Amino acid sequence: MSEIEYHAVAKTDEIMEEDVKGVFVGDEEIAVFNVKGEYFATHGICTHENVGLADGFVEGDLIECPLHSACFEIKTGKAVNPPAEIDLKIYPVKVEGDTIYVGIEK
Amino acid sequence: MSDDRTFVIIGASQAGGWVAQTLRNEGFEGKVILIGEEPYLPYERPPLSKAALLGEVTVDSTYFWQQEALDEANIEVRLNTRVTAIDRNAKEIEIKGGDRIAYDKLAITTGARVRKLPIEGADLPGVFYLRTMEDTLAIRDAVKDGATAMIVGGGWIGLECAATLTKLGCKSIVVEAADRLCGRAVTPEISDWMLKFHTGHGVDVRLSTGIEKFEGNGQLERAVLPGGDTIDCSIAVVGIGVIANVELAQEAGLEIDNGIVVDNCARTSDPDIVAAGDVTNHPNDLLGRRIRLESYENAQNQGITAGKAMLDKAEPYSEIPWFWSDQFDANLQMIGLPQDWDETATRGDEASNEFVTFYLKNGVIDGAISVNNPRDLRVGKRLMQGKKQVSAAELIDPDTKLQTLLKR
Repeated sequence: MSEIEYHAVAKTDEIMEEDVKGVFVGDEEIAVFNVKGEYFATHGICTHENVGLADGFVEGDLIECPLHSACFEIKTGKAVNPPAEIDLKIYPVKVEGDTIYVGIEK
Repeated sequence: MSDDRTFVIIGASQAGGWVAQTLRNEGFEGKVILIGEEPYLPYERPPLSKAALLGEVTVDSTYFWQQEALDEANIEVRLNTRVTAIDRNAKEIEIKGGDRIAYDKLAITTGARVRKLPIEGADLPGVFYLRTMEDTLAIRDAVKDGATAMIVGGGWIGLECAATLTKLGCKSIVVEAADRLCGRAVTPEISDWMLKFHTGHGVDVRLSTGIEKFEGNGQLERAVLPGGDTIDCSIAVVGIGVIANVELAQEAGLEIDNGIVVDNCARTSDPDIVAAGDVTNHPNDLLGRRIRLESYENAQNQGITAGKAMLDKAEPYSEIPWFWSDQFDANLQMIGLPQDWDETATRGDEASNEFVTFYLKNGVIDGAISVNNPRDLRVGKRLMQGKKQVSAAELIDPDTKLQTLLKR
């Protein structure tokens, strides 16, 4: 098992409820979500085509890709409807004070 | 338990591919034969006028499923195969060459073909259409940096093509018969925005005109305009609409009316035949009328619906039509097929190329078009779906968070 390193990616007030923000950790594009006050992170690119999910639309605990309306579960990364068939990678998240940290394998 | 039934799909298209996949996803264990006239596996059409024309993607990468995935799903794909007849009494189809294949259930996903330009010289080498992978590869081969490209038709395909050919170093000239761009799909205000946008990117747009004829000695050399003026050009791309491929169904006696008539579960007038995609005329309960749609989403989701109907798991299908287009650095998206709106509301700034225009009818969204603002459009789609009462003033107000309107 590789080790997880946490990176500060955003402040909690930057992401409203039912909203998403795109961030980078190194070259890794990550989408950070606020679902009912809890924060989650998934890979930032739709598994169907090269489109940033941060431009997508959050509804409940789903993120919908802005281009082809593929949906993923934010908490699990599961692809729930076509055209996406591959699940999204998810990342551990922790909040300390007003800072959101995303965990990336070292 | 083994299943000795054979389900045949005519049209190895996006819709046809989804029918086949759905049969397997739903547990069908019989034989699935997917027949396509083209030499390619079911592929995505949106890149044909964009990334594929630019040469940024390979043919393989446009496939919805690679060969291995289709093999794994035990879907038998027969390419380069043209179906010539459907014999509903014998429950067989006939292949060019005379072979026959028996079916227990049949899906027709034959799509549409381009409308041809009925003028002199339209058959000269150098005059192209854009509908298939083959078309895109041929245009790409013919494009030379600095060439003049004549685009006939100022609709979605014409404008996407103009943008891509401009990126490839061509001088793009668009001729459109109507007095504005995309006249069948958008309001005059959006047409004006499109005209400014394309002109600003160096496209020469000529409205209310057409091409009298093409001329050239064995190869396109010039376009002759009404009145006799000529424009030298080495390629032309014609995008003046498509015609549904209903002939097989029509000759087999299925009900046809601007497409193959199906119900909201994709079933035709024959209980053993379904149809999906661009070729169907289907009821849309959300719009309250029958439509024939040429859209990515419909090809996918009606295909899934048709697959379920073949397994007697019919589920009514109805969703708000949704389209998109990419032209230069603008992503345009549209929802609905607005017909008789009484008000429009534009949120954002047209001059900055980032806005959404909503069409309202009795205080309910009847459609919308967005430029570089897919998020507001998605919320608009849900507002429309939920028939939420909204006012133009609150839609326009940048301080209104559209999502909050959904809670009404």
